[in-house]
Amino acid sequence: MPDLAFDIAHMLAGSLVLVSFMMIYQDRLSALLNTFALQALLLAAAVGWQAYIQGASHLYASAGIALVFKAIIVPWALHKMIQRLGIHREVETVVGVVPTMLAGMGLVALSILLMLQLTETAESALAREDLAFSLSVILLGMLMMVTRRNAVSQVVGFMSLENGLILATTGAQGMPFVVEISVAFSVLIAMIVIGVFLFRIRERFDSVDTEAIEHFRGEKRS
Amino acid sequence: MSFDPPSLVLIVPAVAAAMLALMPSYRASAWINVAASLLTFLAAASLFVVERPEAGDYLHVDDLNIVFIVLNTFVGLTAAVFSASYIGHELQTGRVTPANLRFYHAMYQVMMFGMNLALVSNNIGLMWVAVELATLSTVLMVGLYRTHEALEAAWKYFILGSVGIALALFGTILIYMAAQPILGEGLPSMVSSKLIASAAELDPKMLNVAFVFLIVGYGTKVGLAPFHAWLPDAHAEGPTPISAVLSGLLLNVALYVVLRFKMLMAANETALAPGPLMVALGLLSLVFAAAMLYRRRDIKRLFAYSSIEHMGIIVFAFGMGGALANFAGLLHMVMHSLTKSAIFFAVGSIAQIKGTQRLADIRGLTQSHPLLGWGLVIAVLSIAGMPPSGVFMSEFLVVTTSFSRAPILALVLVFGLVLAFAALLLHLTGVAFGEPSGEDEPLHSTLVPLWLHLALIMLIGLHMPGPMVEWFRSVAALLG
Repeated sequence: MPDLAFDIAHMLAGSLVLVSFMMIYQDRLSALLNTFALQALLLAAAVGWQAYIQGASHLYASAGIALVFKAIIVPWALHKMIQRLGIHREVETVVGVVPTMLAGMGLVALSILLMLQLTETAESALAREDLAFSLSVILLGMLMMVTRRNAVSQVVGFMSLENGLILATTGAQGMPFVVEISVAFSVLIAMIVIGVFLFRIRERFDSVDTEAIEHFRGEKRS
Repeated sequence: MSFDPPSLVLIVPAVAAAMLALMPSYRASAWINVAASLLTFLAAASLFVVERPEAGDYLHVDDLNIVFIVLNTFVGLTAAVFSASYIGHELQTGRVTPANLRFYHAMYQVMMFGMNLALVSNNIGLMWVAVELATLSTVLMVGLYRTHEALEAAWKYFILGSVGIALALFGTILIYMAAQPILGEGLPSMVSSKLIASAAELDPKMLNVAFVFLIVGYGTKVGLAPFHAWLPDAHAEGPTPISAVLSGLLLNVALYVVLRFKMLMAANETALAPGPLMVALGLLSLVFAAAMLYRRRDIKRLFAYSSIEHMGIIVFAFGMGGALANFAGLLHMVMHSLTKSAIFFAVGSIAQIKGTQRLADIRGLTQSHPLLGWGLVIAVLSIAGMPPSGVFMSEFLVVTTSFSRAPILALVLVFGLVLAFAALLLHLTGVAFGEPSGEDEPLHSTLVPLWLHLALIMLIGLHMPGPMVEWFRSVAALLG
């Protein structure tokens, strides 16, 4: 049933974009982390489904990494951390929710227009739409990184961006290094989380608000 | 795996990194670091004489990357020598702990491994992983001092670098998607030599979008304006040997990757010409950084902006393309690496003597420390483009070629160069001449790497060896 397979893949990839939108309007850090965990779960399902329909067993490893590492371990660790820092209730958005949502819609429209036009000649419709969806997730992740000032939400924005990349790598049929790239990204994320932990941004800067640490600049010291 | 030179430039740093991670004594590890860098450099130098292996699916050696590898391992060696003499004093002043140093030395070799891997890889996926590895290891070293500023710099570098690298990966995926119908599924579609060979058949629209992602992504790592925000902070707050390596090497590695993709784009005639985009970014970086040079108060930040300026010139030259401009770009890249790392060696010694990086607190170095002060004067005059240094020759070539091909752009270029020249001179007179002021500790670090680099720059500036000219010419032709 190639059509059903396509529909499921389509639905999973589409719901990643939907969850990206959900993340934009979360105004509590813990809710944001839960939404991120949901996105990682969907990513694991999407990658797993691709592995099944492409018959590419190495993609199961990518799906496993997404499931264990990004849907469980990282959200858990970040939950622990924001509890310890006592910031699990706050989120400061720099730009309001409505303009951000509108900008997000604009970005999704842009990426779909760009990618569908770009891949007109591609044989598989799946690859085309996957690419459009993944670019949307990437751009929404970037949007989140620029509209949030809190270091933890910036990290979540980056991880969501990276979910989009993993979706793109699995959509590109037969692309080598997919597992390696998943591992490389996991190392990257682990480093961010450990970095925030070890450097104890709270202790050093009294805040995880990156605006507060931004005034330490060579030029401004007198 | 066989033990031919291309794999040796990878195996030596990898083994050394593992050894250094286990080595408790910092003195021993500093010298192991030097020895490993020396071995890597010898392996790289032997690439000239031994027969080159066939280009594989993962690794390859050609005329282009040999320039980068030899330069990379050479500056890696001199920076390791400088670091060995420099870092002991940092330990005495309590800026680092022995445990930090163990980590630092291991990371130094991890970084060398990452950079060498990016340079020898013939595979765009592997290249991406290698650039990421090199970035991560430098992020860790920038944060080594654990001060407010160092952590903020590392965080900023990390976030901007990660976004850049994410965009570069998306570009890489697009290239794969473009190649997949032609070269087939799997590994062959990511081998850069095969991609270039069959570039004409790839879908030009796909390549265009991919290239935009790639140049923004890897351009962030090159430090091109407007994606440069991480660069001054990372240079100013990390240990000085790392500033030298960042400016002298890591920017080049990112540039090399951009050049590889430029070759791919140029091989497809229907695709967007990569030149104008690179010319625009290069000029923007040059003029912007030159203007920023004036109001610097921190000596390392000053030279970090100067690195952005020079990367701008190099990208501009490669963007112009053609045999002469490529030759000039390549020469300027080599000269910039040697000169800028020499400057950072001097700056590191100065910061240790004076106990500060503030430009206003450093005065009269030529009187208090003649050898160091004059070394700095010569190095800064060289980087500003005074004859007889090699930088003068390469800048002269860039300017003359651009005057003959695009006079209006050449005016902008010259404006930027003059602006930067004046700014550097302005700061240099304050630092080097006048009455010495501030703390005056004896010199703790060796000046050998500084003067060695200066000698090389002058040698190339006065008389560039014939074989080197031939070699650079063939590379310039390869770049198209």
